[in-house]
Amino acid sequence: MANSETLFDKIWLSHVIREIEDGVFLLHVDRHMVHECTSAAAFEGLKRAGRKTRNPELTYAVVDHILSTAKGRTGETFAGGREFVQLLRENCQAHKIELIDVDDPRQGIVHVIAPELGIVLPGTTLVCGDSHTATCGGLGCWAWGIGTSEVEHVLATQTIVQRRPKRMRINFEGKLNRGVYAKDLILRLIGQIGVAAGRGYAVEYAGSVIRSLSIEERQTICNMSIEFGARAGLIAADDVTFEYLHDLPYSPKGEMWEQSLAYWRSLPTDPEAVFDREVDVDCTSIGPQVTWGTTPEDVGSVSDPIPDPAAVNDLARRAAMDRSLTYLGLEAGQSLEGLTVDVAFIGSCTNSRLSDIEAAAEVVRGRKVASHVRALVVPGSAQVKHAAESLGLDKVFLEAGFEWREAGCSMCVAINDDFVGPGKRCISTSNRNFEGRQGQKSRTHLASPASVAAAAIAGAVTDVRRYLT
Amino acid sequence: MEKYTRVEGVAASFPRPNIDTDAIISVAWQRSLKSNPGEGLFAIWRYDLQGQEVPDFILNRAPFRKSKVIVAGANFGCGSSREFAVWALVRFGIRCVIAPTFGDIFYENSFKNGLLLVTLPQAEVDEIHHHLATTNDPTMSVDLESCTIELPNDRTIAFNIPTARRATLLEGLDEIGQTLRFVADIEDFQQKSRACQPWLYARPEPRHSP
Repeated sequence: MANSETLFDKIWLSHVIREIEDGVFLLHVDRHMVHECTSAAAFEGLKRAGRKTRNPELTYAVVDHILSTAKGRTGETFAGGREFVQLLRENCQAHKIELIDVDDPRQGIVHVIAPELGIVLPGTTLVCGDSHTATCGGLGCWAWGIGTSEVEHVLATQTIVQRRPKRMRINFEGKLNRGVYAKDLILRLIGQIGVAAGRGYAVEYAGSVIRSLSIEERQTICNMSIEFGARAGLIAADDVTFEYLHDLPYSPKGEMWEQSLAYWRSLPTDPEAVFDREVDVDCTSIGPQVTWGTTPEDVGSVSDPIPDPAAVNDLARRAAMDRSLTYLGLEAGQSLEGLTVDVAFIGSCTNSRLSDIEAAAEVVRGRKVASHVRALVVPGSAQVKHAAESLGLDKVFLEAGFEWREAGCSMCVAINDDFVGPGKRCISTSNRNFEGRQGQKSRTHLASPASVAAAAIAGAVTDVRRYLT
Repeated sequence: MEKYTRVEGVAASFPRPNIDTDAIISVAWQRSLKSNPGEGLFAIWRYDLQGQEVPDFILNRAPFRKSKVIVAGANFGCGSSREFAVWALVRFGIRCVIAPTFGDIFYENSFKNGLLLVTLPQAEVDEIHHHLATTNDPTMSVDLESCTIELPNDRTIAFNIPTARRATLLEGLDEIGQTLRFVADIEDFQQKSRACQPWLYARPEPRHSP
C-alpha cells in the first residue's frame, strides 16, 4: 500500500540484499563503527580464516572504552588498556581502516563522535559492537549494537543477517517542566513501560516534545533504547537534523548535499502508517528523575518516596525490587532527596555532549562541590572538550572542585581506571545502574547532568530545581 | 563451530529476571584477552571483594560446579553487547540456557558460539525452577534433534526453535561462510547503492595511523 510505511520500513526495505530463508534477511551495512574492546577477537577470527575487511572505506575505528581519561594520557598510561589499544592499531593498519587514535582531535566515545563528524546520516544502517549504538538514531539513522561475532561478520561481508523487528512508536507530548531534560524523559518512559518492553521492536520516538529537542538531546533519548530492550530507537530527520549535519567533516558536500537532502526528506513515517505498538508519554507530569534500584525501570521523581515491593503483585518483580533496595542500602518509603552521595559523574555516551555540559555548568557556576564528594566531568569527545573550554566551562567546573578530564567512556563502563569504590554511592549521567556496573559493589543512581551537578554541590541527591534561577 | 546435538547434566536455577551481561561477566574480567572468561562467570556474586568464593552461591556448591544448563528468569542477558558473557558461560561448561525471554544481542551472540538458548513460556520455566528447588537430582537433558527437555521425573517438555538457528547448530555452520555464498548479491546491491546514494561512499581520503 502506498504512503503507509514507517521511517523504519523505508530504511529496512532499502537495505535488504536478499531473503536468505524463513524470514531471515541479509541486509547491507552502510556504516560500521569499531572500538578496541569488542573488535579484538573479531579481527583475530578474520585472521584465522584468512579473510579481509570487505569495505574498509565504510568502516571507522576509535579508541574509547579502555582508555584512561587522566590528563596527559596516552595509549600507554593505563596498563590494562595497552594490549587492546595496540591491537586495534595493528588491526586497522592491516585492514586499511581509518583509526581515530588517542591523540587525534576527533577522538571520543564512538557514539558521540560518529554523529559529530557526520559519519551518521539519515536513512542509513549503522552498527557497532556496543549496545548503545542506538544513540545515532537521533539523526534518523537505523543504528544498533551487535556482538563480536557479528562485528567479524560485518567486517568480512559488509552485511548483517537480521529478522525484521516489529515497530513501536512512542509519542512524547505535553510541555516540559523546568529542570526536566531529555534524560528525565527516557528514564520516565522506562519506568512506565519496563526494561523488557522494547524487546523485538525498532522504536520510533515522535511527538511535539521530540520535535522540539536538539539533535544532542535526541541522541540522549535514543541512547537508552537498549535499556528497555529495544536494540534501536530512531527519530525522523527534519530541518533541525539537516542544519546539524550541514558541513560536518564527513557529511555530503555540494551537489551531493542537495541530492541527499531530497532523499532524506522522503524518509519520515507516512501519516497512514500503522505501528505494532504505540505508547504515549505525558511529559507535563514529569519531574526530575532519579533511579533507586539496579535496573533503569527502578526510577521515579526525585521527590517521590521509594515504592514498596510488598505492594507489588508480581512475585518476581517484588523479589527483584527487594534485592535492588538491599544492594543500594535503601528502604521502601524513603525519599531519595537528602541521600548522601560519594561520587558525582557527568559523562558517558548518554550525557557527555556540549549541551549536557552546559546544563550542568549552569547549576555549578559560582558554587562549590561538597567536601566529601568526588565530582568529575568527562567530555564525550575531544571536540566537546575543546568547545566547552572555549566557552570557559572548564574553569566553572575546576573552580567548583570538579575534575575536568580527557574524553572517553570513563566511569560509565569502568573498564578503564575510573571507577566507583566498593559500597560507594555515585550519582551518574550514565545509562546503567546494574550491580557492579561502575566498579565492584558500586551503587549507582542515574540522573540528568543538571541533577548530578546539583547533587555534587549539595553532597546529596537533591531537586535540581532549587539550583535553577 | 562444533556440531550440537544433545546436552545431559546438572542444571542450575537462576529465577531472578533481568540478569544482565554485566552480571554474567563483569568488565574487570575483560581487561585482558588472555584471561579465562569461565573463571569470571557471575564473578560479582561468585566471589567476595577479596576474590574468595562466596560459599552460598549456587555455582560454588556441588554438584552445580559442573552445571551444563542454566534455567533463568525473564530477559536473561539484557544490557551490554559483550560477547564475553557468552564466552564466560561456554568456557564454564554451560551448553544451554532456558528462560522465558532473552536479551536480543545476547540471543544472537549465543547461537554464534554454540550455546543453545531455549525459550519456554513462563509457566513451564517456573515449573522447572520448582522442580530444581525440590529435587535431589538436579539433572536434565536437552535434545536439539527432537527439541525436547527431559527431567529425571519423567516429565518431557517440548520446545520450539527457529529452523535456521537449529540447522546452524546441528550442522556447526560458519555464518560468514554462509553469507559469502551471496557475494554476487552483495556486489549487485553495492553497485546500485553507489549509483542511487553516491554520498554514502564519497568521503575524504582516510587518514591512517603510521
